[in-house]
Amino acid sequence: MAVTDRVAEPCYHCGLQVPESTDFITLIDGQPRRMCCPGCLAVAETIVGSGLDTYYRHRTQPGNSPEFSSRQLPEPLQQELALYNQPEVQRSFVNQCDAGLEAILVIDGITCAACVWLLEHHLQGLDGVNKASVNLTNHRARIQWSPEQIELSTLLGEIYRIGYQAHPFHPDKEEQLLAQEQKRAIRRLGIAGLGMMQVMMMAIALYAGTLQGIEQQYQAFIRWTSLIIATPVVLYAARPFFTAALRDLRTRQLSMDVPVSLAIGGAYLASIWATVTNSGEIYFDSVTMFTFFLLIGRFLEMKARHRTGRAGNALLNLLPTSALRLRDGEEELVSADQLQSGDLVRVRPGQTLPADGIIEQGHSSVDESALTGEYLPIHKQCGDNVVGGTINVENPLLIRVAEVGAESKLSAIVRLLERAHEEKPQVARLADRVASYFVAAVLITALVVGVSWWLITPEHAFWITLSVLVVTCPCALSLATPTALTAATGTLRQHGFLITRGHVLESLSKATHIVFDKTGTLTEGNLRLQSTQPLAALDRQQCEQLAAALEQHSEHPIARAFHHLQPQQPASEISATLGKGLEGQIDGIRYRIGQADYASALCPADCPAQPSEAGQWLLLCSEQAPLAWFRIDDQLRREAREALDQLRALGLQCEMLTGDSSAAVQEIAAQLGIDRVTSGVTPEQKLQHVAALQAEGAQLIMVGDGINDIPVLAGAQTSIAMGSASDLAKTNADAVLISGDLRRLVDAVQLSRRSRRIISQNLIWSLSYNLLALPLAALGFIAPYMAAIGMSASSLVVVGNALRLSKLKRRNAVNSQRSLNPR
Amino acid sequence: MDIIYLLIPIAIILVSCATWAFFWSVNSGQFDDLESPAHSILYEDDDKLIPDDAKPQRDDR
Repeated sequence: MAVTDRVAEPCYHCGLQVPESTDFITLIDGQPRRMCCPGCLAVAETIVGSGLDTYYRHRTQPGNSPEFSSRQLPEPLQQELALYNQPEVQRSFVNQCDAGLEAILVIDGITCAACVWLLEHHLQGLDGVNKASVNLTNHRARIQWSPEQIELSTLLGEIYRIGYQAHPFHPDKEEQLLAQEQKRAIRRLGIAGLGMMQVMMMAIALYAGTLQGIEQQYQAFIRWTSLIIATPVVLYAARPFFTAALRDLRTRQLSMDVPVSLAIGGAYLASIWATVTNSGEIYFDSVTMFTFFLLIGRFLEMKARHRTGRAGNALLNLLPTSALRLRDGEEELVSADQLQSGDLVRVRPGQTLPADGIIEQGHSSVDESALTGEYLPIHKQCGDNVVGGTINVENPLLIRVAEVGAESKLSAIVRLLERAHEEKPQVARLADRVASYFVAAVLITALVVGVSWWLITPEHAFWITLSVLVVTCPCALSLATPTALTAATGTLRQHGFLITRGHVLESLSKATHIVFDKTGTLTEGNLRLQSTQPLAALDRQQCEQLAAALEQHSEHPIARAFHHLQPQQPASEISATLGKGLEGQIDGIRYRIGQADYASALCPADCPAQPSEAGQWLLLCSEQAPLAWFRIDDQLRREAREALDQLRALGLQCEMLTGDSSAAVQEIAAQLGIDRVTSGVTPEQKLQHVAALQAEGAQLIMVGDGINDIPVLAGAQTSIAMGSASDLAKTNADAVLISGDLRRLVDAVQLSRRSRRIISQNLIWSLSYNLLALPLAALGFIAPYMAAIGMSASSLVVVGNALRLSKLKRRNAVNSQRSLNPR
Repeated sequence: MDIIYLLIPIAIILVSCATWAFFWSVNSGQFDDLESPAHSILYEDDDKLIPDDAKPQRDDR
């Protein structure tokens, strides 16, 4: 590949190389800064012009290169944005509020906190905007504005002008439920925290009273106060544990929630009894603290689950917002959700198809990579079916809309996904299995103890039975798994592996097979120029220059492989032949680039032999002679080989499952040493294949990235999406490989196995503590304060053991990094 | 010690006020984004508020 030697200056705005012989300079912070294109220049000048150049000092990531290249927004974009001013379009996402209108927008291109600052300040600086707040986590902006002073299209335009893209956000049901769940969880956490602190204060007074004496009336008063404060904690904050326990009992399972609810409920009821009768001990402090700590664990788990993009953002970005509808020969721009089946729609090259349909007129190639993972566009002509969400590459098309909304193919994939979720094999969780035996044992013992004491001394029976239940309060047992998982999850997140579902570590440690998608997972997912073989007098660099000049203005994926090269002379009179190649004139000579037979037809010489079978070859010909062969191919990820070797060393069976059916599949499999390859399969077949493997007893990890991988991701025991994957894929995966570095998979598998060992140790420890305490409590030897000390000590041991996981890991990660990167 | 009959109820009232304020802030979306507010304090966008003679020299940038 041609790598230029000169040190290229990065664009000050977006960080891309600044091409030579360009001159886009603006003053930022008193220094002239070079930009790569007029688009970046316009964005930078807008930012500086509104006094927000602080953005450049604080950002941690370069900005995005804008899609347009002038200070004024291009006309088609303006027209599209103007659609949002129509009341019927606004109805679905704009709400009335006190100060005017309010809408939530999804913003693309937010990379760091400085972007949030920039957007908020730029929007708030506009006349008519009352409030603008941007959420860094889910990339949504909440904007309030007065419709008399500013139009929504102007607002959206301003967002585009500082280099971001905005779409209206349509929350779906699931989405709203998630938001409610989060708010409820925070409220519960707050109540538990406040209650815990207050009850603790009262408890200190009571403990002090026990030591140095307290008057009966004060003690009773403080106990009643504790009861009042602990009540909302138990009835409101701890409610999820009770409902989950009830649900489990109804389905005849004994999960961890059952002993937890039993401990909270039992201790609470006993304390009420003690308060009312003014006898025995109260445990309100333990109850509230226990609730608070468990809720923190649940809350962190939920946050991780919500973290990775959301389904609501995802589907929306696949479909365009507007469509060009033809009615009685007149073109009109309408919003895409107004389309109905039977409508005629014109789709220009480069635009995304708004709905499923049949081509009525024209022929073009269509990029279906979003749906199939296939990166080469597919030829479509009159009468062919096309799918909404795919991109028209070359020529304008006239499409008769066939399916919209729920019937469309995109929705079908989403439905397939839902089904896969339902059929997903459940991973039996070790802690829950242990818990069910444990709970059964505790209940039986408590019953036996209660009955025995009833027969011996009935007046002691209630208190001793209760102390059995409280002493065996499964604090350590219920902390054993979550603490280990939290430690391991945190360590992995630092290394770019984000776990979003609770079962991942356990199922990773048990995995026997790992299945990879090809495009975008094992490979980089875009075509690159791999090698150049000159045939005639011109040298390699000259040939590449010519090819780059010809391909410069094409957006075909093949052409993009040449876009990093800077042609010296521009090409003119370029014409494209569909599925064949390009022809153009450079410096008075005609050239063709493309398929061998097409290119060689230009010159009198015969078509030269292709250098090798493997890969995809392009021929460059001038009017006189063939000039060069170019091999373009999807680049294998650099670390893929290493990662796969190590995974095999860990005893995992590696497989490749791809929708691609070209020769490249076998080549990549050979390079990576994968012997089990399934190619040319549809999303349904992928799911079947995975299900068949699982039926044979395989514990499967699926790694993928495309929309087409989503059903199979959902169907596998453990699914991992690449960091560059579509939002929809990320939302539905159990884990996300943020760094895109496949070696992190090796770390994850190793750590998961280690955390499994630690969880077992924790369970054994806490069980033996409980087994030791149980007979002592049953015999009436354990005073409440002894039980409290024992409980805390056993919990501390468990937490300390779990923290070992993060320390061990850190040392190990450095070692493995060293061995992986000898350089 | 009879004062605790007054002080403890006052404490409970204060806690209920805190709880109300907490619920209000959760419902008005202040806990939706727990990441970016932590960064916002670092931005030097208060240049206008700093008197000229108190400003640090910016030539070294």
